[in-house]
Amino acid sequence: MNMLEVENLWVKFPTRQGIFDAVRGVSFTLGKERLGIVGESGSGKSMTGRAILQLIRPPGIVEADYIKLEGQNLLDFSEPQMREVRGQRISMVMQDPKFSLNPVMTVGEQIMEAYLLHNNTSKAQARAKSIAMLEAVSIRDPERVMRAYPHEVSGGMGQRIMIAMMLIPDPQILIADEPTSALDVSVQRQVLDIMDALVKERGMGLIFISHDLNLVSEFCDRVLIMYAGRVVEVCDADKLHEASHPYTRGLLNSLPRLDQPRKHLEVLQRDPKWSEAPSVGGHS
Amino acid sequence: MSMIEIGNLDVWFGDGHDRVDAVRQASFSVAEGESFGLVGESGSGKSTILRAITGLAPTWSGQITIEGETLTGKARTRKFYKNVQMVFQDPYASLHPRHSVDQVLGETLHLHGFKDIDARVVKLLDDVGLGGRFRFRYPHQLSGGQRQRVAIARALAGEPDILLLDEPTSALDVSVQAEILNLLTDLRDERKLTYVMVSHDLAVVGHMCDRLAVMKDGEIVEVMSVDALRKMEASHPYSQALLKASIAA
Ligand SMILES: Nc1ncnc2c1ncn2[C@@H]1O[C@H](COP(=O)(O)OP(=O)(O)O)[C@@H](O)[C@H]1O
Ligand SMILES: Nc1ncnc2c1ncn2[C@@H]1O[C@H](COP(=O)(O)OP(=O)(O)O)[C@@H](O)[C@H]1O
Ligand SMILES: [Mg+2]
Ligand SMILES: [Mg+2]
Repeated sequence: MNMLEVENLWVKFPTRQGIFDAVRGVSFTLGKERLGIVGESGSGKSMTGRAILQLIRPPGIVEADYIKLEGQNLLDFSEPQMREVRGQRISMVMQDPKFSLNPVMTVGEQIMEAYLLHNNTSKAQARAKSIAMLEAVSIRDPERVMRAYPHEVSGGMGQRIMIAMMLIPDPQILIADEPTSALDVSVQRQVLDIMDALVKERGMGLIFISHDLNLVSEFCDRVLIMYAGRVVEVCDADKLHEASHPYTRGLLNSLPRLDQPRKHLEVLQRDPKWSEAPSVGGHS
Repeated sequence: MSMIEIGNLDVWFGDGHDRVDAVRQASFSVAEGESFGLVGESGSGKSTILRAITGLAPTWSGQITIEGETLTGKARTRKFYKNVQMVFQDPYASLHPRHSVDQVLGETLHLHGFKDIDARVVKLLDDVGLGGRFRFRYPHQLSGGQRQRVAIARALAGEPDILLLDEPTSALDVSVQAEILNLLTDLRDERKLTYVMVSHDLAVVGHMCDRLAVMKDGEIVEVMSVDALRKMEASHPYSQALLKASIAA
């Protein structure tokens, strides 16, 4: 079953040089799966994620045939209705937890506030739940972390706290935009494993946005590859290394590899045709 | 001959209660024409070693010898800055937003005491693969990769022997990273440069370097050859874990 269906999505920005199309006719569906979106910076990954939640700031414009969440077209929703969707049904985790957490509130206050917003319950109950959430994201001393301010926790810890907060309303869909790009490789893995386990346990759909092909290949089920606002290729994540589009191949070949030493790395030769060809559909 | 000799290097920030020991008892040497990597997670002290060499760290003890000259304190001679140059991760932060490429390179050449500045600006741009059409652009008119080329051109202005590269491609897309790494490879061959390269990416260090030091919590836990790295022959448990994490990813 598809939880989310996106059809012919465009994100446009009026500029002095005319309209700039940041996302151009992107279509895909999302079931209970981990869908990766990869591509270079500026290819439209974040705008695709944000457009689903109507988080594109004016003068940006979102157009689509439809964006359906369990059959309901989100484009027909009012802003209060969208706020409810963002609070309860689709959550988004951004790259840098330091900017998403309130710097003058303790971690505990923030998680409890989020919990109380979604549950009609006592403070004591909210506190117990918050500690349980922190434990669920493998934070070993939750009591201490509850008392800490955001600047007092490490990057990996901050990102785990963000994930805990995003999961409090029990959303059906999680959109994670470069959630581990600011973290060290060792910590990156821990955070991904936690996210993975939670998504599986709860039967959620995950949109995982990243510029890292290896990471997406290992972590997702299906991958959309974006170039200049379009989806140029869709493939099973474990077959990403057999991708056929010259852009995807070019990106893969430009990576240095420990097992294949060479003097010069392959340089991507861009073909204008890549951005002219219509977007490939990403329906499962 | 050793171009760089680091012995029992300690670097710290603050004092008393607030003292942070960023680097502890680090020792390694880099031969002429060699490329040496520094890897380890963020906060392990990699950048601090480069900063101590260039006189940007406030307090240090131990030995730093560059091309046979032993350094003290923070003061560095003009000759030192001609011979040793640094390239940073974020070229945007390291370029003055209101200075054109021409100004950046021209002023640097002037500081190094060159007279034929015009011809040298043209040559430098050419050497880093930026044509003359970039000469009068400002940083915001350049892509990330182009800005990093300007930063490399500036570093090359004094015709240095040693480049200290601090995560030079970490902020770039992999396609652009490939172009910059190829440029660094070619420049090293043409100019017989010695590199010290900091990176969190083992594959990048494996591609560029001959040997590397693995750092953890301010200490070098292991110095190994890239050949050993390729064969997954790390001996310290931390390097093994680092290697495993980056192969899996
Ligand atoms: N406010 C804006 N005005 C004009 N262009 C914008 C604006 N915001 C983003 N863009 C452009 O939209 C494109 C896609 O951006 P984004 O989705 O953030 O890329 P990615 O996440 O893949 O790096 C980029 O070329 C970016 O410059
Ligand atoms: N100016 C400074 N004042 C205090 N501590 C610092 C300063 N610069 C770096 N440090 C500390 O020194 C340690 C090593 O930092 P750094 O060399 O930047 O690490 P790396 O480059 O490996 O990420 C870290 O704990 C960092 O917080
Ligand atoms: Mg983005
Ligand atoms: Mg650093």
